[in-house]
Amino acid sequence: MLTNLISISLGAILVENFIFSKFLGICPFMGVSKKTDTAAGMGFAVIFVMALASIISYLINLILIPLGLEYMQTLSYILVIAALVQFVEMFLRKMIPSLYEALGIYLPLITTNCAVLGVVLLNTQNNYNFIESVVYGTTAGIGFLVAIFLFASVRERTEFSDYPKCFEGFPIALISAGLIAMAFMGFTGLKIW
Amino acid sequence: MDITNIISAMLVLGVLGGLFGFILAVAARKFHVEVDPRQDEILAALPGANCGGCGYPGCSGYAAAVVKGLAPVDSCAAGGAEAAAKIAAVMGLEAGSSERCVALVKCSGFTAKKKFDYSGIDDCVAAMRLGGLQGPNQCADGCMGFGTCVKACPFGAISVKDGVARVDHEKCVGCMACANACPKHLIVKVPYSADIVVACASKAKGALLRKYCDIGCIGCKICERTCEHGAISIKDNLAEIDYTKCVSCSLCAPKCPRHLIRDVRLNTEGETEAIPEHVSKFAN
Repeated sequence: MLTNLISISLGAILVENFIFSKFLGICPFMGVSKKTDTAAGMGFAVIFVMALASIISYLINLILIPLGLEYMQTLSYILVIAALVQFVEMFLRKMIPSLYEALGIYLPLITTNCAVLGVVLLNTQNNYNFIESVVYGTTAGIGFLVAIFLFASVRERTEFSDYPKCFEGFPIALISAGLIAMAFMGFTGLKIW
Repeated sequence: MDITNIISAMLVLGVLGGLFGFILAVAARKFHVEVDPRQDEILAALPGANCGGCGYPGCSGYAAAVVKGLAPVDSCAAGGAEAAAKIAAVMGLEAGSSERCVALVKCSGFTAKKKFDYSGIDDCVAAMRLGGLQGPNQCADGCMGFGTCVKACPFGAISVKDGVARVDHEKCVGCMACANACPKHLIVKVPYSADIVVACASKAKGALLRKYCDIGCIGCKICERTCEHGAISIKDNLAEIDYTKCVSCSLCAPKCPRHLIRDVRLNTEGETEAIPEHVSKFAN
């Protein structure tokens, strides 16, 4: 059981990193990675939403599967994620204003983040049970945080380096993202047991 | 296809949607946070550049501070008098007349000698770490031209030309984001109406300054004697203009032997800065 959970976590964080090997969530990855602190904020917000979405989508599945409505999963997951993010935003704004300020604009941005939908769909595809789903959701978020934080650190440095004018902005960012993705390919086949 | 399939799908999703809608509606009421409507009105009156010139994090931060009475209504340099008047109207206050200000880079020294060639990180702050915390220039107060201010400017008003940062007075809104970024503190605020500027910040003695810069202020006091209105004074070997007294008569500018007192009106067309003749041979 524990072995299974550890290998799921390892897979989600390193081997099958959402950004560098599944190419999900590239939009926020490019958009909010100019500074390390905003990148970290986005990363934590994603962990939070991914974990919650995994829980809720598992519960939704309990309704859909007995009725033979598996083909409606994508649709209902989108509904769930959108509603969930809205609810969490309102909740935080009232109850924990400091956290709301810290997450700021990133929370609503996640509503349309394909990485979150990807997590819940992969949970179903891999037939994960409840605990596995939650672990997978959380660790996929951690993988996102690792990726976006690493990338933001790289970008802060490239900002000051001497590269051709035509690469300024997104081109150089995409190239560095590609190089990091290649480095993450080194984790392929990594196993503990 | 079985009709019950369609009906059950409609029912389940309809119920789910309705349920979430209901939960959100309840939550919206239960977790409702009162926001002063004036805050949104102020935000609409601001330019939205989020330059941070007012000292608050972005336009929304400033709007929140104004509503709470923590910030004056005319702190927004980018919006100028127009924004100040609108904000004052929202807050029910009189707007103090605020004159438009622009940034001025107090250096003309594109010919200044270097201590060493710098080829590190392309940034003034990094360059300044070297050479005894003065950077590669021999002049301790000279612009290094690595463009940290250019990156800081949200309005694209600064460019580095001939190794020295230049401000486009038409684009500049006076937010002073560049001044905060400049590690040499070379950028100062001057009124937009100021036509005569002293483009040097060096307080070094004349004899020393002559060794490394052709257009730095040597404190010769010719301008001070020329000025009929007592607007120019020499402090610490550097000319300073008091804009409350300056009438833009432009008597001082041609008299300055180092050509660092400039009449910006002469340079409005074409080239942003005319290169003084006696130094133009160094400019390339």
